Amino acid sequence: MFRRLPDANEATVEVTIDGRSARVRPGDTVAAALLSAGVLASRVADVSGAPRAPYCMMGVCFECLVTVDGAGNRQGCLVPVSPGMRIDTQHGKREAGR
Amino acid sequence: MSLLAHEADVAVVGGGLVGAAIAWGLARTGARVVVLDEGDVAFRASRGNFALVWVQSKGLGMPEYAAWTKRSSDLWGGFARELWEQTGLDVAFGRPGGFHLCLSEREVENRAAMLARLHNQPAMVRYDYEILDAARVRAMLPRVGPEVAGASYCPLDGHVNSLRLLRALHVGMQQRGAAYLADHVVETIEPRDGGFRVTTRHGEVRAGKVVLAAGNGNARLGPMVGLDVPVRPQRGQIIVTEKVAPFLDYPVVTIRQTDEGGVMIGDSVEEAGWDTRVGAGVVSAMAQRAVRMFPLLGKLNVVRTWAALRVMTPDGFPIYQQSLSSPGAFVATCHSGVTLAANHALVLAPLIANGEFPADEFDVFSPRRFDVPATA
Repeated sequence: MFRRLPDANEATVEVTIDGRSARVRPGDTVAAALLSAGVLASRVADVSGAPRAPYCMMGVCFECLVTVDGAGNRQGCLVPVSPGMRIDTQHGKREAGR
Repeated sequence: MSLLAHEADVAVVGGGLVGAAIAWGLARTGARVVVLDEGDVAFRASRGNFALVWVQSKGLGMPEYAAWTKRSSDLWGGFARELWEQTGLDVAFGRPGGFHLCLSEREVENRAAMLARLHNQPAMVRYDYEILDAARVRAMLPRVGPEVAGASYCPLDGHVNSLRLLRALHVGMQQRGAAYLADHVVETIEPRDGGFRVTTRHGEVRAGKVVLAAGNGNARLGPMVGLDVPVRPQRGQIIVTEKVAPFLDYPVVTIRQTDEGGVMIGDSVEEAGWDTRVGAGVVSAMAQRAVRMFPLLGKLNVVRTWAALRVMTPDGFPIYQQSLSSPGAFVATCHSGVTLAANHALVLAPLIANGEFPADEFDVFSPRRFDVPATA
């Protein structure tokens, strides 16, 4: 669905998305990395159960909430990826302590 | 509103939780009620409070206040049910009992000694409370941290969604015919023709009785009808986190999870005049203590912090009084507008409709108690 523009910098970093290894671009946000890796639904809404995807990509809409390195409800569009980062899509309510 | 005079049996000055509870209760007795409220910029403790319905530890120095508080706690379940049946709004009242957590043995001892003093007062109302050791606290609150050394627990304590309570009272009083006039700051109150003439920027109201329920505004309004109401603002600060799955089955006096999932943290007390700014120092101290009590709070995102102003009397107890020089003018003011809402609606309002606060029960709440000269 999403395709990258040609870019001279072909460097990648390795992260895990829902436990699977994925190579993403340094400088990407978590939300951009998910979309480019083909993971369109970053969470399942805790009230309606509907799948939700990153939308505004600028910190406003809170649709891209994901769990980053074990911390839930992080705004994926505001967190840059880093090598070894653990990214997990969210399903249902956040639990305190996770 | 037009400049024509509104006529009412009772004009209630103040549309916060105290005024709205009394207005709802008055309208329930069949009285024609008009509520004169400030605008959106009012200090409005009713929108900034912590929403506990709390009994334990109240009334040291005035056991009648402990009894008054317990009475409201006992009435609260029926009050919430009636609001729901009338308006369809669930104020999410729950009374599972509440905790005061202690973070050292010394805190536990101090807590136990304070509650013993409270309950040893002559004429103290009887109700159950317990001092729990760490193991028993952990059995009831499995998520507490290792630093929690004990707690006091009282089965009468509870909490509510106080924003929805304010809304339910407003919806309910208007369903029963009360007129609600926002942005009607009261400028003058004059006894006139056996009743009162109340003026605002937008016109005047004539009413047989007037009830001052304007929180800290009562200090200004009281003298207009011969009432001395020595209240002052006292700042409290609150933190609320993002919503999370339910994990806390009981309210703690400084931490509670709302029916909607957010965790509220707050217990600060500051003399700061009318300043409603949030201070980073106080907020971080509250957050640190909360994380020591429940370490799992440490990872949660904070959504908002705010400060609001309590309505505080010199001794911390409520003031209820009918004016001696202008009978028909009443004042009702307290810092526990949530806890006491059931009393204000179901006990106080009918007494106001009836025109009298019975002396045997209410003289203790008169502001005359502040006139006693201090001994040298």
